[in-house]
Amino acid sequence: MNFSELFKLSGLLGRFSPDGRCLASCVQYRLVVRDVNTLQILQLYTCLDQIQYIEWSSDSLFILCAMYKRGIVQVWSLEQPDWHCKIDEGSAGLVASCWSPDGRHILNTTEFHLRITVWSLCTKSVSYIKYPKACQQGIAFTKDGRYMAVAERRDCKDFISIFVCSDWQLLRHFDSETQDLFGIEWAPNGCVLAVWDTCLEYKILLYSLDGRLLSTYRAYEWSLGIKSIAWSPSSQFLAIGSYDEKVRILNHVTWKKITEFEHPATITNTKTIVYKEVEKSPSVETERLSFPPTRALASSLFSTQSKYNIPNAVWIWDIQKLKLFVVLEQLCAIQSFQWDPRQPRLAVCTGNSKVYLWSPAGCVSVQVPMEGDFQIVSLSWHSSGDSMVLLSKDNFCVCYLEREEVK
Amino acid sequence: MNSQVLRLPLPSSKSMHSFFSAFCTEENIEQSISYLNRELTTLGFPSIYAESKGKELNLVSIINCMNELLVLQHKNLRAQEEVEMQHLKLGSDMDHLQNCYAKLKEQLELSKREIVGLQERDRQLQSKNRNLHQLLKNEKDEVQKLQNIISSRATQYNHDMKRKEREYNKLKERLHQLVMNKKDKKIAMEVLNYVGRADGKRGAWRTDKTEARNEEEMYKVLLSDYEQRQKQLLVENAELKKVLQQMKKDIISLLPPQKQKPKERSEDGPVLSDLEEDIGELNKENMWELSCETVREQLTNSIRKQWRMLKNHVEKLDNQVSRVHSGALNEKDVISREDHELETEKLELEIQQCKEMIKTQQQLLQQQLMSPCDDDTTLLLQDCYLLEERERLQEEWRLFREQKKNFEKERRSFTEAAIRLGLERKAFEEDRGAWLKQQFLSMSTDYKHSENVTTPSSDQDNRLPKSTSQQRKPHCMLSGPVSAEPCQTSQYITHNSSSAASKKPTGDSKSNQWVESDKEET
Repeated sequence: MNFSELFKLSGLLGRFSPDGRCLASCVQYRLVVRDVNTLQILQLYTCLDQIQYIEWSSDSLFILCAMYKRGIVQVWSLEQPDWHCKIDEGSAGLVASCWSPDGRHILNTTEFHLRITVWSLCTKSVSYIKYPKACQQGIAFTKDGRYMAVAERRDCKDFISIFVCSDWQLLRHFDSETQDLFGIEWAPNGCVLAVWDTCLEYKILLYSLDGRLLSTYRAYEWSLGIKSIAWSPSSQFLAIGSYDEKVRILNHVTWKKITEFEHPATITNTKTIVYKEVEKSPSVETERLSFPPTRALASSLFSTQSKYNIPNAVWIWDIQKLKLFVVLEQLCAIQSFQWDPRQPRLAVCTGNSKVYLWSPAGCVSVQVPMEGDFQIVSLSWHSSGDSMVLLSKDNFCVCYLEREEVK
Repeated sequence: MNSQVLRLPLPSSKSMHSFFSAFCTEENIEQSISYLNRELTTLGFPSIYAESKGKELNLVSIINCMNELLVLQHKNLRAQEEVEMQHLKLGSDMDHLQNCYAKLKEQLELSKREIVGLQERDRQLQSKNRNLHQLLKNEKDEVQKLQNIISSRATQYNHDMKRKEREYNKLKERLHQLVMNKKDKKIAMEVLNYVGRADGKRGAWRTDKTEARNEEEMYKVLLSDYEQRQKQLLVENAELKKVLQQMKKDIISLLPPQKQKPKERSEDGPVLSDLEEDIGELNKENMWELSCETVREQLTNSIRKQWRMLKNHVEKLDNQVSRVHSGALNEKDVISREDHELETEKLELEIQQCKEMIKTQQQLLQQQLMSPCDDDTTLLLQDCYLLEERERLQEEWRLFREQKKNFEKERRSFTEAAIRLGLERKAFEEDRGAWLKQQFLSMSTDYKHSENVTTPSSDQDNRLPKSTSQQRKPHCMLSGPVSAEPCQTSQYITHNSSSAASKKPTGDSKSNQWVESDKEET
């Protein structure tokens, strides 16, 4: 494992490009694009104000930099460094900005969620989407980038609109039976949309692509409900994490619960391995949900973290056997974790200068050899799984992993 | 009283005399004799006179009478003793009974008191129970009340939320109107040039046709997903059916067709034959490709039937085994235990023999390998060793090459760093030289000729065109000899520094300038 030197960073904005060749990072109002392997600066762009958000386009040719205070989005091109584009929302203000899946349209959410403006980089056309819902995950794109679902709210009722991304035509518009929609997410196969309600009500609705309600699931009433959900990469399972410290798994055939996982403070089953981080020993020993990508034969694991009561542990569950596989107990609260995009390997960071890796073969904790304080707050894998970027408040560094040869 | 009674029959010898002499004296012998005779005759004894009205005494009868009287006296004494004994016994019995009575009375009192105590406790517990029930009811009522409160509050909050949301929406509408009305020229996008679409096609107008096409696309996506799922399910189904068929065959093979009693056979006769027919039908290959309801049902029903038969069979066997254990043998159907054991022993022996054989064969094989082999095998072995060595060497070569690459990289970075350092140093020197020159010039403007001043700068100017043409190289080729480059680059730097003399050249800004101007050039 090699670590690069520290580079400056602001706003935890360090992202790998989707094609895996470049790494973009922000320092105040500058956008620095580096080569992934040598970390040499390929491009340097200067924006008009402090950058609050950056996003790569899907073809890795453009980067958008959003400055919410000024209400400006600037787009830079990697092929032509002198190409520039500035979108000024003016008095409408800017709250969020993102790319469309084809990498040629930018969706800006204006202040107070008044509307979403779709700016096109190819034509002079501008589209507006009215009454978008002000919630955490109000816009969702399908994995193949064909359709976009937008949550809307009119007259105190929630609606969902499905647009075709190629020409932004409204395909379906239907009302959602939620009290106060909290989030929407497409299944990876692009045919089912999961819609879940505010945490005051435990309700998740599953709609088909053409707007039909496929199923509703309610686990219980009155207590606080859903925190977050995650689809399995094959779209066969839907994991729902809730405030009662349980994860429930639904299957895609009947949309009924097949099992629920508890996160007790003490684990009684002797077959689960608990990795506990101990001060000196080098082995380390996980409601955020994430599934790793499934290989053809590997047993699917997914990890959950209960932020409510036990924020120091990551639970890793085996889906094939439907039971708890491993628990990683850390000394400090876990800041973030992410699965390797290629293999079942989990990277965890807890706000100190160590990065923890877990794989079914074992656990390892690596101290980042930096002088001074480097408190890793977030991390993200490279798409090849060979490296990852570790972000702290003011700096970032890239960690290169040796690839094990598969014999 | 007892003591009084006892004293009487044993008077003292003295008193005996006096007693006896009191009754009969020398004077009244005749009277006493006649008195005695009268008494005896009244008692039923014969007279003591020899003849009636005579004065002669019958000695014999007198002695007999005396004997009789003594015997009687003894008898009476004995009777008296017995009576006294009985009396004593009865007395003690009475004492005993009185004691018992007293104790029982005490016990009765105790029990009565206990009963009273227990009753009291029972009453207390019952009242406690009632209290708890009451509490439970109260709690339940409270819970119900709270739930009602919660639901009513929830509806209230919802109403409030809706009201606030409506207000908020109104504000938003108003704001939206204001924003739209303002017609900001500011809300715009300025872009250098429009970019082509990602897929290279031209944009199309939105028409009904496109709408229809989108719908079609969407349905296609959904359909393909469903088809895929259906295929998966079909495959799963076919596998499961195969497994069921296999299971059926296994079950049929397990069921004992011959060992049945004639009675049973006659009973199950029709059933069996039906089953056999079914089995025959369903075993036909084409049947399991049909997936209609009836075939499925038949399959599952037949499996269930056979499974039940197998279960019964196994249960029967179990019973038989237990019967054998308890000793009641039914020799027709049961393999006796000894036979069973014999068979197992035989099988074990066989297994042992086979194992030994395998071991000996393995040993022989190893010996074969270890023994000096002929030329072919030695050559092969040598080849193997060589291959191994070659692979190892290749591995080491690979590592070596990797290390070499790493070293190259490091060397390159070092040279870059060295170049930079050299450049910076040169720049610093130049600056210092320039500064000194300026100082010198400023100090002695009278002395120096203008030519001297111009010659260095003209030299610089002359050399500039060359340097500008060559300045691209240092940025591209950073490897290579260090000495050749710096002079050209240093010229470039002096050009920069002299042109921007106001800025104080620090290391950082120098590199920034370098980079920025570099950007401008490229």
